[in-house]
Amino acid sequence: MLEHARQRDTMLVRIRGELDHHSAEQVRTELDELIADERITHLVIDMQGLTFMDSSGIGVLIGRYRTLARRKGKLSVQNMSPLIERIFQLSGLHQIIQNHRSGAGEGRR
Amino acid sequence: MSIINQMRLEFMGCPQNESFARVVISAFAVQLNPTIEEVSDIKTAVSEAVTNAIIHGYEGAQGTVVLSATINDQHILTVEVEDRGRGIADLEQAMQPFYTSHPELERSGMGFAVMQSFMDGLEVTSTVGEGTHIRMRKHFARDEK
Repeated sequence: MLEHARQRDTMLVRIRGELDHHSAEQVRTELDELIADERITHLVIDMQGLTFMDSSGIGVLIGRYRTLARRKGKLSVQNMSPLIERIFQLSGLHQIIQNHRSGAGEGRR
Repeated sequence: MSIINQMRLEFMGCPQNESFARVVISAFAVQLNPTIEEVSDIKTAVSEAVTNAIIHGYEGAQGTVVLSATINDQHILTVEVEDRGRGIADLEQAMQPFYTSHPELERSGMGFAVMQSFMDGLEVTSTVGEGTHIRMRKHFARDEK
């Protein structure tokens, strides 16, 4: 479900498919492996290929946000579909996680 | 108001069936000529309800989830998700946004809030030791889309 590219302190991850309770565990494990290196302080999740997300996805985002916050880093998301954005807004995540609508170049400094 | 169509499906409460339940409810709702947004709303709400049954109702134990739905002549879809799991002792607390009985599982506690927000009506009844019954309603526009 995940493709990634690292550039210095930034990990860009593209997520595809559906993020629900069933897939959340695998996504969580893979994301944690990708950001295991403490020098990574910025995780960018590209959601262009994500076709479905429910509140299980919110849990995954909050967990990674906490990991990065502990190392004074940040989590941002980009290319979220309007439907997924509604869940994001409802949970208040937009207040702590940056959401870039057109993320061209994000994570490729 | 009279019912013009109904369905009932029983499946094992395992995580693989969360996406199965979403596909079933969107296929059933097609006859209401829904918008993409409406389909997404009911898929998300059903996903939350079925996930609740699996995680909280059965907590990993084997059990059956029943998904049923009706469409009436007023273009209202009613969806019910039932489990025969452990039930919810304090419903009011469970329905609070961000409340989770499983913080260690990284649950967001947003399940009921999502159901409430994406549907037009939500009723939950639960009996400890007997199970939980979620009933949701959504009105669909009659206009040609």
